[in-house]
Amino acid sequence: MVLNNNVLQTKNINFFYGNFRALTDVSMDYQKNKVTALIGPSGCGKSTLLRLLNRMNDLIDGTRVEGEVIYEGKNIYAPNVDPVEIRRRIGMVFQKPNPFPKSIFNNITYGPRLHGITRKSDLEALVERSLKQASLWGEVKDILGQSAMALSGGQQQRLCIARALAMKPEILLMDEPTSALDPISTAKIEELTQELKDNYTIIIVTHNMQQAARVSDFTGFFYLGNLIEFNPTEKLFTTPEKKQTEDYITGRFG
Amino acid sequence: MKSRYIKQQGFFAVVRLSAFLLAFAIGAFLVYILVNGIGAISWEFLTQPPRDSMTKGGIMPAILGTVYLTVGAIAIALPLGVVSAIYLSEYAKQGLLVRAIRVGVNCLAGVPSIVFGLFGLGLFVLFLQFGSCILSGALTLGFLILPTIIGASEEALKSVPATFREASLALGVSKWETIYRIVLPNALPGILTGSILGIGRAAGETAPIMFTAAAFYTAKLPGSIFDEVMALPYHVYVLATAGTHIEETRGLQFGTVLVLVGLVLGIDLIAIVIRSYMRKKKRW
Repeated sequence: MVLNNNVLQTKNINFFYGNFRALTDVSMDYQKNKVTALIGPSGCGKSTLLRLLNRMNDLIDGTRVEGEVIYEGKNIYAPNVDPVEIRRRIGMVFQKPNPFPKSIFNNITYGPRLHGITRKSDLEALVERSLKQASLWGEVKDILGQSAMALSGGQQQRLCIARALAMKPEILLMDEPTSALDPISTAKIEELTQELKDNYTIIIVTHNMQQAARVSDFTGFFYLGNLIEFNPTEKLFTTPEKKQTEDYITGRFG
Repeated sequence: MKSRYIKQQGFFAVVRLSAFLLAFAIGAFLVYILVNGIGAISWEFLTQPPRDSMTKGGIMPAILGTVYLTVGAIAIALPLGVVSAIYLSEYAKQGLLVRAIRVGVNCLAGVPSIVFGLFGLGLFVLFLQFGSCILSGALTLGFLILPTIIGASEEALKSVPATFREASLALGVSKWETIYRIVLPNALPGILTGSILGIGRAAGETAPIMFTAAAFYTAKLPGSIFDEVMALPYHVYVLATAGTHIEETRGLQFGTVLVLVGLVLGIDLIAIVIRSYMRKKKRW
């Protein structure tokens, strides 16, 4: 599927853990200010794909990428690209909420401080803005100095989103962000993705097909490291092109 | 059912007994030293140099010497050990070289302390011509406790959850900043535990300082790190074996041991307080 207005593109991506090929020839376009969902059974390579979009897979020994990930017209795997800079522009939220054992305030300012924002008023404004964007401000505005570890799981996850947003990224990668959360917190995060897509491009991995149907504009279905089908979410869930997709979304396997 | 219950009770009894036995041994040891040594402790003992061929007077130079040597050893071994541990667990590619270094570190931990003493004599005192002084002694003791500190630091670094590293790196923070700002602060309590063990060893060892730092007798307090010092363990050794008044100074020997044990416990206590303060701040 070829689309214009894409901000990120994977071209013929093959990914290896040692000799194991986790992804085969994946080519996808990600649309600006849209939510793209990656679905598929466990081990299908969807998280692997997500993590190579901001070079987080670099951290695992013995992995290898073939193909290109094009961001702003450049391959982010080109030798002269600094992965640290890529990760600043392409933020990430993880499966389990992972706040630092610091205060709420310092969790959010940790990244920006290291990138040169030091004025207290700037930092305070940034904290407020980020927390508001993550719809957490109302709940924590009076306890910014308290440890983030004392928050509930759902609040921690929204704090992690706020922390990622504070870096002002262009793209936000979410790796099963609600799988460790209760239904109410899950609903809040899903709602949040809808608000955030006005300003950010979101790519979300999810185990939950209903979630993909609810939050995303485009969905890619993966099976055994192959991108089986990539279509607008409505089409994929109502009139899938491939038999395998239909079997999966109707619950016949996976 | 009943025999199972009895078995369980029997097992608990054995476990309990072992723990009590251990506590009793330590308690008996401390009480023995306390009872025999307390008589020697006085203001003069703690603040004056020895006199009359070390049969009277105090042990002040030895107390100070041991403090200098211990602090010096920690000051040398802690940074070196922590940096080595960071290299081994965070940066080095796990392979033959790293395994060889680890084996080396573990072997170093098993080397008898007198060998460290001779090594210090050869390298620092003679080859580098520092002479027998605080610097040579502290360096030798530093090497002695290095494996302990590297081991504890590596464990502590590994125990910091990988999710913290991931979270930081995903924010576009470099690896070094991540280690420095996130990993290291969270590993610090564990690293301190390692140094506590190191402090105890450094303060108590006699063999490594015998040829590298310790003076048989000097009433003069050290003016620089190139001066020789008296040290508590060596002083005990001297009084108990080499003096002409071995029986006469028995009380002084016990008193010195008591001070040494008190000193080590004191330094440990400071480290323990700092550690528990740090632990209280973290929760995950």
